[in-house]
Amino acid sequence: MHDKTIAELSAALAARELSAVELTQALLDRIEAHNGTLNAFITVTAEQALEQARRADERIAKGEAGALTGIPIAHKDNFCTAGVLTTCASRMLHNFVPPYDATVVARLEEAGVVMLGKTNMDEFAMGSSNETSYYGPVKNPWDTERVPGGSSGGSAAAVAAGLVPGATATDTGGSVRQPAAFCGVSGLKPTYGRVSRYGIVAFASSLDQASVIARSAEDLALLLQAMAGFDERDSTCVDLAVPDYRAGLEQPLDGVRIGLPREYFQDGVEPELAKVIEAAVEEYRRLGAEIKEVSLPHNALAVAAYHVIAPAEASSNLARFDGVRYGYRCENPRDLEDLYMRSRGEGFGTEVKRRLLIGTRALLAEYYQDAFLKAQKIRRLIHNDFIEAFKQVDVLLGPTTGAPAFRLGEKSADPVQMYLTDVFTIAANLAGLPALSIPAGQVDGLPVGMQLIGRHFDEARLLNLAHRFQQATDWHTVRPQNFE
Amino acid sequence: MEWETVIGLEVHAQLMTRSKIFSGASTAYGAAPNTQACAVDLAMPGTLPVLNEEALRMAVKFGLAIGAEIPDRSVFARKNYFYPDLPKGYQISQHDQPVVANGYIEIDLEDGTTKRIGIIRAHLEEDAGKSLHEDFHGLTGIDLNRAGTPLLEIVSAPDLRSAKEAVAYLKKLHSLVTYLEICDGNMQEGSFRCDANVSVRRKGDPCFGTRVELKNINSFRFVERAINYEVERQIDLLESGGQVVQETRLYDADRNETRSMRTKEEATDYRYFPDPDLLPVVITSEFIESVRKTLPELPDAKRDRFMEQYGLSRYDADVLTSTRELADYYEAVVRAAGQDQAKPAANWVMGELSGALNRDGIDITASPVSAEMLAQLLQRIADNTISGRIAKEVFEAMWEGEGSADEIIEKRGLKQITDVAAIEAMIDEVLAAHPKQVEQYKSGQAKLLGYFVGQVMKLSGGKANPAQLNQLLRQKLGSAGE
Repeated sequence: MHDKTIAELSAALAARELSAVELTQALLDRIEAHNGTLNAFITVTAEQALEQARRADERIAKGEAGALTGIPIAHKDNFCTAGVLTTCASRMLHNFVPPYDATVVARLEEAGVVMLGKTNMDEFAMGSSNETSYYGPVKNPWDTERVPGGSSGGSAAAVAAGLVPGATATDTGGSVRQPAAFCGVSGLKPTYGRVSRYGIVAFASSLDQASVIARSAEDLALLLQAMAGFDERDSTCVDLAVPDYRAGLEQPLDGVRIGLPREYFQDGVEPELAKVIEAAVEEYRRLGAEIKEVSLPHNALAVAAYHVIAPAEASSNLARFDGVRYGYRCENPRDLEDLYMRSRGEGFGTEVKRRLLIGTRALLAEYYQDAFLKAQKIRRLIHNDFIEAFKQVDVLLGPTTGAPAFRLGEKSADPVQMYLTDVFTIAANLAGLPALSIPAGQVDGLPVGMQLIGRHFDEARLLNLAHRFQQATDWHTVRPQNFE
Repeated sequence: MEWETVIGLEVHAQLMTRSKIFSGASTAYGAAPNTQACAVDLAMPGTLPVLNEEALRMAVKFGLAIGAEIPDRSVFARKNYFYPDLPKGYQISQHDQPVVANGYIEIDLEDGTTKRIGIIRAHLEEDAGKSLHEDFHGLTGIDLNRAGTPLLEIVSAPDLRSAKEAVAYLKKLHSLVTYLEICDGNMQEGSFRCDANVSVRRKGDPCFGTRVELKNINSFRFVERAINYEVERQIDLLESGGQVVQETRLYDADRNETRSMRTKEEATDYRYFPDPDLLPVVITSEFIESVRKTLPELPDAKRDRFMEQYGLSRYDADVLTSTRELADYYEAVVRAAGQDQAKPAANWVMGELSGALNRDGIDITASPVSAEMLAQLLQRIADNTISGRIAKEVFEAMWEGEGSADEIIEKRGLKQITDVAAIEAMIDEVLAAHPKQVEQYKSGQAKLLGYFVGQVMKLSGGKANPAQLNQLLRQKLGSAGE
């Protein structure tokens, strides 16, 4: 049952072929068996999960079940979960138990999901390899010498290894799409404002978006359906009707215009990987789509702009971790300054500190014009590039990453090389656009992700395209050998 | 050497919203520490601010009252600094796009002219919590009840030229925000706080001198004292060949002096940037019009109307309109007593009533003598039931809760004697008892008339109608020096 999709499990639960408790126990057993190898979970909430599963079975028995009732999922450890440790994979929050749920957590719980635990991630979601976690790196189920991607590496690895059929994630610069690509699963970052950010520990507020990982586009649709929609507690969440995502999955692709951004097929893409994407493009052509080349002329500036804006916002967002009210506090502070310096110095890891320093500098009056403000102008240009492109096409298609998963430690000594792994994913965050990554093939036995970027609030179109591709191909069903 | 003082004031007015500016927690004053701070106020991870529309409404109301521009777009910005009672590590404020810009108020100067004082901007921001240094044995306690309370920071132009002008401006502003019912104006509780930027320059110099920011001035009296102290300090410094350093100084009311807190070099770079958790605030003309409808009659308009409608002097009208409650009280008295009582009513409200309120430290809204009670008293003076002197006794009795004017007059038998025969009888008695004085009066000592009046009054227990008494006495005595 561990290799089934949510849609399949949902049908099995409804048909009473399987109980939520059985399903939950089976997956808890798998987590027990494999988490030692993968390190995908920071916290496993077995007792609570079984209790939720029992309640789900009751609802199913009463005929009150929805599509997600009794479906086990995991939450990335930057989603606040009431009464459950929420660490952000940081020593700073190693002891933090929030008394409230993130809106996404509450909505999914309302929909009847069973939470199995909290997944590992890069510390405060800052990283592209899951190596910055205070709890140690997550391993890629396809090759445990390799990274699962980041920052949502724990969620991606858990779904890929069949520990859980779906998981929440967040995406600030590619944090759901890149690990989804590296682990051979489907990952969706919705439009900025589509899903509430309330209760998600902030990294970069103008870029963060609650996201989701699963094994199929259909499952992404099911999960997004429960997560999306206005939340009065998040001022940046948009009050806009949520369409029925599942209903639109089957739409034919005849006449749909797919744009291939020239800049996504140039430098930085391995030739073998480019072939996989080209084959996927051919598949879409067969499905009736029109293919067009387009241009995103400012894409080359995206990584630089991102690494000013994201750290700048982070430097302010993470100021609340000061050792005063919650989280890590240094031993025996001499005075206030010592309390601040050592609590933050000891509580944050190297990559987080690097970004806080960069961000603090970018906001200083001296650099504000040349750094922060300039980055915002670039952001506007990138946004405009997309608006222009979407006058000609309905979606954009390209590789999610330039190469498959790299080896643990391969890039951790060179932050800039690490940052450049997000070169194709960052722009969608800067423009606030929805984007997803689905498996499109393999290179040397490692999965390759294809990225689709849509217009604002056009998640339904992306899910439709991904679903049709997954009906025509079976790359999304290939599982890593050691975790079959 | 002639020096000119240049002052600009920054006032923080706490807005009277029921909940905080970015959370639903209560803003009530005086609760047990940390009982009015929710997850948002505590800056728990993942929590987000949501703007309280009422706070915005109040800021716009203030803007309309000072004839300011209300830009259709204003932006919240983060002011970043570390402090234990600042939970997020930044204060949500407004930086280069405030909600209110370019307004003014007018103050009255001592020479009888008025002066327009510019208000450069007013912006919304959240208050911080409080650090408590007592009772913790060398440790610091933190109370976050106040964290997130809405403030309107009102920044004047450097248009003030003396401590007296600064006080006049501050009083005017205080009266305005309380009239608007956006701030309770309580300076003790910190609802209305003031910082002053003070500099001096040689008279005629077009350039400003180096300014010093004075913090912690929490009463009208201290504002005047602190500024005067600081001006003298700066002039002494300059005249002895020194330089004023740009710095922040703290006013110590106990010692009546200012002390350096931090210099410009030590000033924090607040790393302002637009708060990405809050969208720019778009203010429509419909919103502005809906706020405009809630504007009450403002102090200046009310003063002018009082002068016109009640025939009061500018001074009296000013005093009576200094607070909305006092003005309402006055108008209620006139309504009940009649338009012809407008001037006596002004005298009584500003005299006996204000005196009693001040003496007992009671707010006008809690006055034991209601406007209707005072009106009845005025009517009894007007219809000659009692004299003005007796009225003061009746007022005191009303103040002590003995009942209405009529009840007290009745109970104490204070009704004025207007019966001619009764007054004549008393006059006869007095004249008979003082034949010598009668003789002297008749031989030309006219001022003895007052003596007789006094004697008869005494005999009547103060109740004889003074006008009748005078008239009858003259008749009886005939003219002096006959």
